[in-house]
Amino acid sequence: MLEDKDRIFTNLYGFKSATLKSAMKRGDWDNTAGIIKKGKDWIIDEMKKSGMRGRGGAGFPTGLKWSFMPPKQENIPHYLVVNADESEPGTCKDRDILRNDPHKLIEGALIAGFAMGANTAYIYIRGEFYNEGSNVQRAIDEAYEAGFLGKNACESGWDFDVYLHRGAGAYICGEETAMLESLEGRKGQPRNKPPFPANAGLYSCPTTVNNVETIAAAPTILRRGGDWFASFGRERNAGTKLFCISGHVNNPCNVEESMSIPLRELIEKHAGGVRGGWENLKAIVPGGSSTPVLPKDMCDIVLMDFDALIEAGSGLGTAGIIVMDKSTDIIEAICRFSHFYMHESCGQCTPCREGTGWLWRVLKRMVKGDATVEEIDKLYEVTKQIEGHTICALGDAAAWPVQGLIRHFRHDIEDRIKQYRKQVA
Amino acid sequence: MRRPNIAPPELQSNHFEFNEKNLEKAKSIIAKYPKGKQASAVIPLLDLAQRQHNNWLPTVAMDYVADLLDMPAIKVYEVASFYTMFNRKPVGKHFIQVCRTTSCWLRGSDELVKTCERKLNIKPGEMTPDGKFSLVEVECLGAFVNAPMVQINDDYYEDLDVKNFEHLLGELASAQKVTIGSQTGREASCPIDGPTTLKKYAKKTKGDI
Repeated sequence: MLEDKDRIFTNLYGFKSATLKSAMKRGDWDNTAGIIKKGKDWIIDEMKKSGMRGRGGAGFPTGLKWSFMPPKQENIPHYLVVNADESEPGTCKDRDILRNDPHKLIEGALIAGFAMGANTAYIYIRGEFYNEGSNVQRAIDEAYEAGFLGKNACESGWDFDVYLHRGAGAYICGEETAMLESLEGRKGQPRNKPPFPANAGLYSCPTTVNNVETIAAAPTILRRGGDWFASFGRERNAGTKLFCISGHVNNPCNVEESMSIPLRELIEKHAGGVRGGWENLKAIVPGGSSTPVLPKDMCDIVLMDFDALIEAGSGLGTAGIIVMDKSTDIIEAICRFSHFYMHESCGQCTPCREGTGWLWRVLKRMVKGDATVEEIDKLYEVTKQIEGHTICALGDAAAWPVQGLIRHFRHDIEDRIKQYRKQVA
Repeated sequence: MRRPNIAPPELQSNHFEFNEKNLEKAKSIIAKYPKGKQASAVIPLLDLAQRQHNNWLPTVAMDYVADLLDMPAIKVYEVASFYTMFNRKPVGKHFIQVCRTTSCWLRGSDELVKTCERKLNIKPGEMTPDGKFSLVEVECLGAFVNAPMVQINDDYYEDLDVKNFEHLLGELASAQKVTIGSQTGREASCPIDGPTTLKKYAKKTKGDI
């Protein structure tokens, strides 16, 4: 088990205040200029060494992403956009950073911004997080007042501005190019790639979009060294990570743990175990709504990291763990996800716009059992028609949970259909 | 995809402009973005307009924001209809949004909707005749470990059950002061039985801030 001395987010639960003074006691903003003075290459190398993979869901190596920013040209600004549009069902980790540890995020933004040649960062926060946003704004104001932001930030020689930008309720704006569209004042509809944001992002300028947790962890990683961070978790799956455990557990909670911790250990140690005991478990969604559900026998042994969950046919995603005990109507649970994706589809690509609604309507009937066994195969085929045929990954995200349901719980759907037939006959 | 949900002509306002304070605020918001990129301020400005206008946006307010930002009106309508937080018809003084997505559902969000229906006598999408409450079901508000939960105006109310939610609605109805956040006294996302990590930080120490 990870020890407290190796935890990055020491104010996760808000036991102490989120103010600058309190944050500095916890070690934030400690000789930030010293880190910056080591130079851009050192910072990027150290991030590469740490093995940090983006915490927003896709798991792209962070150091590598920062290195993609092109060399600075006269009159072309670079931008850092921090993705605080946390909306993935099952995930509420960034919220705790925003409300209890905002200075880690702001310090991280300065360092990351410097490493990628950006003088400006926008923190795009979901509109529903009204109080969290106000907290971040307060922290930004404090940092300006202390001289940690603005001209010659922290006396590092680097000018840096951070602005808070509130969204207004759209899951899709968590997709990086949709976020840029939204920041430019349009509907949040994802852009085609290429060009990638590193070449043409916000206002067509070089831009990097990073998740809150990724940016907020950076200062600690750089202080303690990439090797320290890399010493947790398995190879290629390094570091510590915030996990959100919700659903049918005794003590739903957020917790920071080492990567590659066994799922069962994580739940039993921190969330008080599954309601009614581990044997009462039916299934777990391991990484937010987009990742396919895993049946109990897989949950018994699976490790919580990128590679182990891919091998299990699912994904780490945002590490939002949704636990379902034996009382759960698993078809309805997935049907709710389908409703979510139907509601959140931006409407740009036909397979997603039409397909997500189609999935929901068929699943809605399957919850009752009012379907045929052949329709299960049809449903699977439709998910395959959506997956990979859209501009962004929302189509994939809508398809995967349904595929997971059919893969592992086909018998549940068939039983429901038989039951319904008996009833109407 | 969202369905058009706009106030009929008889409910629309005839005139809208920012009051002095909000006009100042609007200017400082526009200043966050580079010159010529003032369209970036459209979401924050619509939000500001909505706050000034009883939590909903009449068409004239969208036109006003379009003028202010030098944008075609249709571009502003597009934004206002795309994002779910913009109400284009009147809502209650207490705008209750019940999260219905899986984690909240697993822990009883349906019961919360029923509680509203029973106590307030309205269904999702409706408003009480006195204009005090309106109810909608929404997707994922991002507070899963404190499920089930609702958002009322700007604030989250978490760790709800039928009993404490009824109590909360009662307090709101009689305009009493209410507790924001967890309704069971839990600290943020910490396990209810006490923390399994960071225990030494939980202790209050001398000189705590």
